[in-house]
Parts: sequence; structure tokens; C-alpha cells
Amino acid sequence: MTAKLSGEDLTLFRGERCLFEGLSFALNPGELLLLEGRNGTGKTSLMRAIGGLISLESGDVLWEGKSVYTFRQEFYAALVWMAHRVGFKADLTLVENLRFEAHLRSQSGVDFDEVLSRLDIDRLKRLPVRSLSAGQQRRVALARMLLSGVPLWLMDEPFTNLDREGRALVMKLTREHLDEGGMCIMAAHQDVDIGSNVKKVVLQ
Amino acid sequence: MTGETPGMLAGMLGIIRRDLLLAWKRPGDVLNPLFFFAMVATLFPLAIGPSPEQLEFSGPAVLWVAALLAMLLSLNSLFLSDFEDGSLDQMLVSPVPLSALALGKSITHWLTSGLPLVLVSPVVAITFRMPISVTGFLMITLLLGTISLSLLGSIGAALTVGLHRGTALLSLLILPLAMPVLIFGARTVSLVAAGDGAAGGLYFLGAYAVLVLSFAPFATAAALRISNE
Repeated sequence: MTAKLSGEDLTLFRGERCLFEGLSFALNPGELLLLEGRNGTGKTSLMRAIGGLISLESGDVLWEGKSVYTFRQEFYAALVWMAHRVGFKADLTLVENLRFEAHLRSQSGVDFDEVLSRLDIDRLKRLPVRSLSAGQQRRVALARMLLSGVPLWLMDEPFTNLDREGRALVMKLTREHLDEGGMCIMAAHQDVDIGSNVKKVVLQ
Repeated sequence: MTGETPGMLAGMLGIIRRDLLLAWKRPGDVLNPLFFFAMVATLFPLAIGPSPEQLEFSGPAVLWVAALLAMLLSLNSLFLSDFEDGSLDQMLVSPVPLSALALGKSITHWLTSGLPLVLVSPVVAITFRMPISVTGFLMITLLLGTISLSLLGSIGAALTVGLHRGTALLSLLILPLAMPVLIFGARTVSLVAAGDGAAGGLYFLGAYAVLVLSFAPFATAAALRISNE
């Protein structure tokens, strides 16, 4: 059986430098793919390549057996991305930002206020995102993931700027998502305590 | 667990709504180009002098050049803030076709910079002693012309979004394609002022707007993917 998401023989150059060569991975429902490596080894680039934002030197990323570079819309209907930059408009309020998200990707239909109170950001609803702290903004990005009803989560350094409770919350949410048959690709420095379904890609 | 994927129209309306809301909260971005247009167009008569013939002769050209430059001025920031805060990445990985989102951005750009120019132009035209009948045609040509400029400009803005200080390059990229709009726009108004018919020029401006509309959203989407690599 072919994997739900797989990368085959991926090679990427940035300028003259080879970030990775002949890299392969496979991801199935309930599994987490952990991208490890020191700063500057290309974790974000690999994630952007998997997301189809950077074109690879060679190799292909397949979603349900189809190339994500050709069948973009199908692939994007199944993923949500927590990038390094949160991607919210600083002048709009938290609610206005998340309401716009509903125009960009499918929603799971879970209760909006429940998600916000779970992430402990329900008090900040009417504030512009500009006035939130960096950690609070990451929590809003988590709300975007929880509100979207998609199986694949791409998380680039999800623990950045979060306090201890926040980091534990990310672990817990990820575990729940995997238990429900979701998939997750995570680039992280710190140890991730999720369970047994972890695959690792180590970038040199 | 999965809900409906939003369609093209929903995505487009979503981005129009969001950007209009942003413009409402930061009116400076809308007012700057408008102010520029009004300044250039009102300072010009002071520099030329009070001779009515000269004012009437140069009016259409000056107003059109000022409008073109005001549009260029506002184009630079079209995708810049989206690029900087990461929301462009979020748009790139959305199941909504990128061309629909790009069209939404162009529409909002026109609503916040093209349409205000059209609405202000009759007031500014007074300083050039332009008769009311001619002013109507100035507005129509600006209406059609600024639609083309917003759409064309989005291609240039998308191509230069990753570059720092891309303004000069943006202008160079856009100006050749914008030339027909300027020539036909200004010339049509001059012809009407001289008592000739305007139909030919208006048809051309309309056709050009439709032509640009047919390819600009796709070109913008492709350019956004390239410049965001």
C-alpha cells in the first residue's frame, strides 16, 4: 500500500549549497514526521518544499499517490500550516483574522469559543493581533489549526515563544490529532514526547 | 471531520472583505495616493500660469499622468504587508485557487485607489477649467483605465514582492503595458474637449480592460509563486 504522503528522492539546493540529497519519507494516518537538525540545516526549506512552495532540484512529493506540484488544490485542501511567521494581520482583531481563515480553508465546525477558551485566548478576542504577545500570537495560530478540518498539520517550530503550559498544550493537541487519524510534520529542536508513531528525518 | 472547502467566490469575497477592513483601519494608505494626485493636479495650473488656452490644452494630459503615477505609488504595497507578516504563505497553501485570491486583491486595490481617483477627478478638473461635459468623459476614461492599471500592477507587484526596494523595477515592468491606457485615456479626453467623438477611445479602453482581466489574475498567481520561492 502506498503511503498517504510520501517524499521520494528529494534533493534541494539553495544557491550553491546542497541542503539535502536523496531524501525520502513516508507518512500515514496517525503518524508524526519529526524534522530534526541544527539551525540552518534546511528544516524550514524541507517543509516549504513539502508544501510545494519551493521547487525541488529532483524528486517528488506525493499526496495519495499524486504529485503535490501538479495537484496543488487537492493537497492544499488537506493541510494547514503553522509557519514561523504567524500570518495574521496586525491591525485586525483575533476574531476578524480567524474569520478570514474560514474563507481560505475548510473548517471542522468545532465551537469557536470553545477552541479559544481551550487555548486560553478567549479574553483577547476583541484586541488587534498587534497588541498580543508573541506567545499569544502563536496560540492564535494554533486556533487556526484546530478550527480547520484538515488531516495534515505542518508545524514549523511550534514551540517558539510559548511558555511551559503552551508547549505542553501543543504536545497534547498534536497527540489528540494523531489519535484521530491525523498526520503531522513538525520541525523542532526540543524533544517531542508524543508516543510511538514518530518517524524522524535528521538533516545534517 | 472535514467541512466544505471554500470555493473561488468565497475566497475572493473573503479577501476583499479583509482588505477593505484593513483599509478602513489604516486610511492613510488610501489617502496618500489620492493626496498625491490632488497635489500634482492642482500645483500644475499654478506653475503654468492663468492662460485659459494652455490650461484647457494640458488638462487631460496632466490629470492622466498624475492618475497613472498615483496608481503606481499605491501598487508597491499591494502584496508587501502580506509577504512580511506571512499571510501570503497562508494564501499560497490555500485550496482556493491563487488566481481568485489575486483577483480579489486587484479588486480591492481598485476600490481603494482607482475608484477614489475617479471620484475626486471632477473636483481637480475644475482647476484646469474643464467643462462639465468633458469632465464626464474624463471620469469614464479614468474608470476604465484604472481597472486595467490595478490588474496590470498586480502582476508587477507580485513579481517584485520579494525584492527590497522594488519600486523602480515595478514601474519599469508596468509602464510599457500601461502606455496604451495613458495614450488612449488622455487623448480621448482631449478629443472630446476639441469637439470630436469619444467612442473609439472608450471602446479601446474597455477592450483593453477586458483583455487584461482575462490574463492578469493568472499571471499574478504565477508570479507570486515564483517570487515567494
